[in-house]
Amino acid sequence: MLSIKNLHANVAGREILRGVDLEIKAGEVHAIMGPNGSGKSTLAQVLAGRDLYEVTGGEVTFNGPHGPEDLLQLKPEERAREGVFLAFQYPVEIPGVSNLYFLRAAVNSVRKARGLEELDAYDFLQVSDEKMKRLGMDASFRERPVNAGFSGGEKKRNEIFQMAMLEPRLAILDETDSGLDIDALKTVADGVNAMRSPDRAVLAVTHYQRLLNYIVPDFVHVLLNGRIVKSGGKELALELEETGYAGFEGMAETVVSGS
Amino acid sequence: MAKEKKNLMSDVMEQHDLYVSSFRALEREFAARDPQWLLRLRREAIESFARLGFPTVHDEEWRFTNLAPLAKVLFQAAPDETDTWDAKDLEPALPGGAPFGSPEESSDIRLVFVNGFYSERLSAVYGLPQGVEAGNLAGLLKKKDGAAEAHLARYADHRVHPFVAMNTALWRDGAYLRLPKGTALDQPVHIVHVSTAGEVPLVSFPRNLIVAERETQATVVESYLGLGRGVCFSNAVTEIVAGENAVLDHYKLQRENGQSFHIGALRIYADRNASAASCSISLGGALVRNEAAAVLDAEGADCTLNGLYLARGRQHVDNHTTLDHAKPHGSSRELYHGILGEHATAVFNGRIIVRPGAIKTDAVQRNRNLLLSPDAVVDTKPQLEIYNNDVRCTHGATIGQLDPEALFYMQSRGIGAGEARNILIYAFAADIKDRVKPAAVRAWVEDALRASQKEAG
Repeated sequence: MLSIKNLHANVAGREILRGVDLEIKAGEVHAIMGPNGSGKSTLAQVLAGRDLYEVTGGEVTFNGPHGPEDLLQLKPEERAREGVFLAFQYPVEIPGVSNLYFLRAAVNSVRKARGLEELDAYDFLQVSDEKMKRLGMDASFRERPVNAGFSGGEKKRNEIFQMAMLEPRLAILDETDSGLDIDALKTVADGVNAMRSPDRAVLAVTHYQRLLNYIVPDFVHVLLNGRIVKSGGKELALELEETGYAGFEGMAETVVSGS
Repeated sequence: MAKEKKNLMSDVMEQHDLYVSSFRALEREFAARDPQWLLRLRREAIESFARLGFPTVHDEEWRFTNLAPLAKVLFQAAPDETDTWDAKDLEPALPGGAPFGSPEESSDIRLVFVNGFYSERLSAVYGLPQGVEAGNLAGLLKKKDGAAEAHLARYADHRVHPFVAMNTALWRDGAYLRLPKGTALDQPVHIVHVSTAGEVPLVSFPRNLIVAERETQATVVESYLGLGRGVCFSNAVTEIVAGENAVLDHYKLQRENGQSFHIGALRIYADRNASAASCSISLGGALVRNEAAAVLDAEGADCTLNGLYLARGRQHVDNHTTLDHAKPHGSSRELYHGILGEHATAVFNGRIIVRPGAIKTDAVQRNRNLLLSPDAVVDTKPQLEIYNNDVRCTHGATIGQLDPEALFYMQSRGIGAGEARNILIYAFAADIKDRVKPAAVRAWVEDALRASQKEAG
């Protein structure tokens, strides 16, 4: 589904991603863990197409509905229409634009790109009602401006709700668990697990192992100083919880000086 | 007249003479028709104009608004051609329909003027509650019952303002609305001023007077709409009296073509416990100046002045507001939003005066501007003159651009960059638009906003 080869990226002239390699197949759930500053969020944002980040090398191939695409050549809205979804770490507030209006515009843009009919107001309400219930969201949420005055938990739930409505092929979760209490975490994880299927993939960027108790990954990768230094199964996450990242620092050094 | 090298001063002098001689030409007509007090008022007003002259950028009140483009045009006083107009002629001026419903679907009261002259045929006045008067000002003068004399020109002072002076001398007609004590009007009153010109640039002087006596309630919607592509200059004055405990909701919609000029003065007098609100929506014109001033002259008065202004190309829109808190326990709120694209320029000047005795005044002023291009410029200035300690006066102004994070967020959900921009721009305008209470008027503004977004591409 997603193939990242030797990806390098800068922000404000500083190199953050120093040659990331990653392969994700449909049906898989991958987790990326790493200390602050390792480039986790940068990777997520670069995949979504945020232009603050300058890609200086490498390639990213995404298997979209029409076959393999050079993801880095696509605009953010094109990536979304191809089926890439990013659940933001810090979802922005958009005063004056209601959740309903925004999401319906998004859903219909994506449907149009897929050759599907647009959802009218009534159908949209039906579909969204059901998904909102599952995520424990109040009906009043629809009229409120996007993320305005939302608590951290509400914002994260809104991200998962949007994901459920947009039905992406690749869901990238950028520290979706940060700042959530156990209940909210469970609800969010349920939402993500409900999306799991043989033709979807999930890439969860996380700082804390706890999320992975609920969204059990197939693969765990350690990102350090802009590179993936180790990959393993879900046990790797537990190992990291115990020993921290210190054990991997040596590996990062070696990798960097060897290039 | 020997023409010397043209410069701003000579343009201004020509204009000056133009309006004074226009008055002389009409004076006989005024003398034949007007009561003595009005004739005297007109003569005083033209003398004020002759004394004050056209403002220049050296006048503090006009520092950021250069009238040279207006001064360059040789306007003629518009003639009365209302006989030649039909309802369908009006339609092109009303984007997406009217701010009022069609006669079949609405009971709204409609007073229609073309280039400052009343058209009975295009107007609709029926279903008025007992005692309510709605019609044209020139018609009221014929009645000779002293109502006009009691209020006309009492609130807009020609001695200090050249364009109020020009209008007071040269006005031909406008709307008159009077609500006697205790009456409430459910349906909005629409005052529609259409301006239009052919090859010859035309100036018109709409003059409106609204008297809402004590404990009355009404909604008034004033529209200034341009028709066709000719160059027009609308110099309008509206005086509103909100009596004790009256509730008055006023809207000014202004949408004229990109070559036209609009200078409008609104003066509101608020009595004890009166609640007067005015919302100004400016959507088009080469040079537009809206002055909205309210004096809270008795305890407990409350005034709201809101506004939305859009400008693109090389348009210039200037909003000058004044809230004069003359007595205690008055409250005022101001919220103006501006959206500027391309090389447009705008001015916001929000003056708040709190007089010595006006304790417990509560005034909040906010001006927010959205610049869509690096060449758009806005000058925003609060002007607070506070002569009392026991008050709350807050003011704030922002000038910003579209939030790139919000744009990216929308794009990351599949919304195209252009659509995302439009959503944010519309949301910024909606903050004011959503405060428009009459549904038909709000819908008209929505259509006009979307049309202007389409034009902008």
